Amino acid sequence: MLKIINGMIYDPLNNKNGKEETLWVKEDKIIEPPSSAEIERAKEAGELEVIDAQGMAIMPGGIDIHTHIAGPKINTGRVLRPEDHRGDTVSKRENLRSGVGSTVPTTFVTGYRYAGMGYTTVMEAAGPPLKARHVHEEFEDLPFVDKGFLVLAGNNYFVMKFISEGDKEALKNYLAWLIVATGAFGLKVVNPGGVEAWKEGKDLRDMNESSGPFNLSPKEVLEGLAEANEDLGLPHPIHVHTNNLGHAGNYRTTLETLDLLKDYRAHITHVQFSSYGEDEENGLLTSESGVIADKINELDGITVDIGQIIFGDATTMTADGPLQYGLHQLSGNKWVNTDVEMETGSGVVPLNYKQKNLVNGIQWAIGLELFLKIEDPWKVFLTTDHPNAGPFTAYPWVIKLLMDADYRQEMIFQLHPKVSQYTDLAGIDREYTLEEIAVITRAGPASALGLKEKGNLAIGNDADIVIYNLAKDDLGEVFAKPEWVIKDGKTVVQEGELVDELIDGRTLLTKPEYDENILDIIEEDFKAYYSISLENYSVADDYFKEIEVIPCR
Amino acid sequence: MSQSEVSNVVCTFCGSLCDNLVVTVEDNEITKVKNACRISKTEFMHATEDRTVPRIKGEEVSYEEAVNEAVDILKDTHYPLIYGLSSTSNEGQRAAIKLAESIGASIDSTSSVCHGPGTLSKQLVGAVGATLGEVKNRSDLILFWGCNPIEAHPRHAKRYSMLPDGLFIDSDDKETIVFDVRETPTARLADHFYQVQPNSDFEILMVLRALLEGEELDIPAGKESIGGIELDEIYRLADKLKNAEYGTLFFGMGLTMTRGKHMNTSAAISLVRDLNQYTRFVLIPMRGHGNVAGSEKTLGWQTGYPFGVNFSRGYPRYNPGEFTAVDLLGRREVDAAVIVASDPAASLPYQAVEYLKEIPTVVLDPHQNLTTEIAQVILPAGITGITAPGTVYRMDNVPLEVRPVLEDEWPTDEEVLTKIEEGVKNA
Repeated sequence: MLKIINGMIYDPLNNKNGKEETLWVKEDKIIEPPSSAEIERAKEAGELEVIDAQGMAIMPGGIDIHTHIAGPKINTGRVLRPEDHRGDTVSKRENLRSGVGSTVPTTFVTGYRYAGMGYTTVMEAAGPPLKARHVHEEFEDLPFVDKGFLVLAGNNYFVMKFISEGDKEALKNYLAWLIVATGAFGLKVVNPGGVEAWKEGKDLRDMNESSGPFNLSPKEVLEGLAEANEDLGLPHPIHVHTNNLGHAGNYRTTLETLDLLKDYRAHITHVQFSSYGEDEENGLLTSESGVIADKINELDGITVDIGQIIFGDATTMTADGPLQYGLHQLSGNKWVNTDVEMETGSGVVPLNYKQKNLVNGIQWAIGLELFLKIEDPWKVFLTTDHPNAGPFTAYPWVIKLLMDADYRQEMIFQLHPKVSQYTDLAGIDREYTLEEIAVITRAGPASALGLKEKGNLAIGNDADIVIYNLAKDDLGEVFAKPEWVIKDGKTVVQEGELVDELIDGRTLLTKPEYDENILDIIEEDFKAYYSISLENYSVADDYFKEIEVIPCR
Repeated sequence: MSQSEVSNVVCTFCGSLCDNLVVTVEDNEITKVKNACRISKTEFMHATEDRTVPRIKGEEVSYEEAVNEAVDILKDTHYPLIYGLSSTSNEGQRAAIKLAESIGASIDSTSSVCHGPGTLSKQLVGAVGATLGEVKNRSDLILFWGCNPIEAHPRHAKRYSMLPDGLFIDSDDKETIVFDVRETPTARLADHFYQVQPNSDFEILMVLRALLEGEELDIPAGKESIGGIELDEIYRLADKLKNAEYGTLFFGMGLTMTRGKHMNTSAAISLVRDLNQYTRFVLIPMRGHGNVAGSEKTLGWQTGYPFGVNFSRGYPRYNPGEFTAVDLLGRREVDAAVIVASDPAASLPYQAVEYLKEIPTVVLDPHQNLTTEIAQVILPAGITGITAPGTVYRMDNVPLEVRPVLEDEWPTDEEVLTKIEEGVKNA
């Protein structure tokens, strides 16, 4: 039994804003204060542990709603970039495996570093169905955190086929089967229609332009998926990487997307990359954070995460094949592409975001503007789209930028002098409160993912608890190195140090129901156009160490 | 007599991983295999022959004695090598990496003497690839460069490349070109064959790149061909590549292991990359062993590097040429070796094999081979895909699960390696 005393609890879902209260944990759950007899018994048995959190903030474990940590893309990034790892090595300990870090860390090190900064749940944001087994294999070697993955559906042959036929039942059944067969947690849409078009050699930028084997527009694909996601009652709304992402002037596409989705629940991911205007004179990327933030403020069912740029090395990776080709053309850097039959594409390109580069500076400012202009913290979550805009290990310093306007000004001062002509970040003096930070890093993502037992410290919930020492001088350090991290009631970080014990997290799944007939419906095309047998497609249960099934709504 | 028929069996005996074999089993013996090629038929039908038994210095011993001997060898070494991995499952590979970390070994796969140079060039320039289904569904122009699938990957042509009808294209509309130093059976089946002069792959590829960029060729007078290909053919070829809808270049060891090695593959990757300015074009390595692709994956996520990884400092370091098996053995640097599911005595250079004979060598293999002949300790293990389960990766990195069709008296590679690791740790 664990008793945490004297701490200030930041638990926004339960309206606790720095309230001093004692927390009790038994086994893996948060419990009511036990009876004095029970406390005595635990004491006598030597089973009562007490943490004195005097002067410290207590929050639920952090939740990353969008990150790339396991599966074919991140692993390609690892193998592609020996230069990324050499300066950041992690030695083995008695019970902890070794590895390397930097922007594309090995699986074990990914687990250490997330847990080490108080994150206990992470969502791998994009797995190709055909290679889902690979995602789960890596999950087995990714300790300390609970994790799930979103399965790519925006350029899937059967999805497009059923939408073009107007067969909503078949679409629903297919998607439900796909989620169960791949062990996914939700649906991801990346550049709907655009990735398939690029496989056919077309650069599709218009949401209304039809293409592909079923002559559909991105709008038709996206709306079909958003509707099916709702009808299935999946815990997490449709998770969207917009069309035209990364291109100057793309904010119009983003507005079109938001309008299209206004009657659905939807999550727009790394929206920073989708909020670009274009300078008419020189074609330069400009900030349209105001228009995008206004729209998000106005809509009820929409959440976003930012994808905040971090200056320094990054490894971009996405299922948006044409985007990655563009980044390769732009940077001249090495480029890996993989087209995945019937389902998706993907690419990996290393990048370096430079503080003195005008465009990179504007991108950086747009991310922060969005954080500060979106009024309701329940609608906006902290991500760097790891490792696309930068590594997740930079989160503590993004928190500092949000909480400390002076620090932000200092940083703006170090950018290319013209950045302020293109953005109004310098004029924003909003500072996030600790409670708001708790919202954008745990309570909000938990709600958006439909994880009721996470992101808050109610009685009966998972005992995923982080204790931050506010007495440290540097806010970044406070969040980079919590004093204690408790995962499922077990101490993972003690006095700032990771314990020497490999503790597994769970794989988060959802299991929507479907009509088995869907297998007969897809069988013929599957046999003709896939390169493996349908019977060898599904990921068997032996790929999961421990699972938690999150119920549909 | 019990008889059963198992469908959708994955064959792990080449990088194509055909997954539609039908295997008939009677009394724990395979009596029939359908949808099999020559290679898989032989491997499946004779799977239970020439099996290894636990041995120490040639003497048959109990399994436990053999494991203990392996532990004894490894606990006293200063610098061991773990090598092979290409015919075991990912699960076996992961256990091997853990053992390597635990004992401070260098760990290397057969990749370093096979498609490793391709991976090195990927680290230099990237790679534009696709899964095999994309080739089947889209590819109207298919190049085979320094590879001979008709003999080495017998069902590749039928399932994935030359012969199947795809979603967007019928086989009649597919054009195939073979580049090789001799007229192979694949060359005879192709629409065109270019007989490449040995060691001129790099030159041909770079000339094609130059033509693609619109460069004028500065050809010495009297030279009428490049690397064995007529000049006007080369011009036509560059045009053809550019005008494909979705081209594919399959490459084999004729490119990665001939003079130039990773520079050859860099040139091929760069050519394919450059072609994407005009059309879609992809490239896929013709990986040989059933799970050699998997070894680069498992090493990738556990260490960050694909092969040639060293743990002597307690964390992974990577240096092909320093930590790769041929070099470590040739330079006589290591003092013990664990060979997992491969046959280096048959494939490594003479000097390396001679040194392997001198040091204590622990061999995990289901079958007798040249390496078991020189082993100090032989540990039999399950046959991945026939008697042992696990995950294997196809040449295009599509992961498949294999399930045993026969029972085995011996444990899996994963189980044995884990046991050795625990033994060394507790010694």
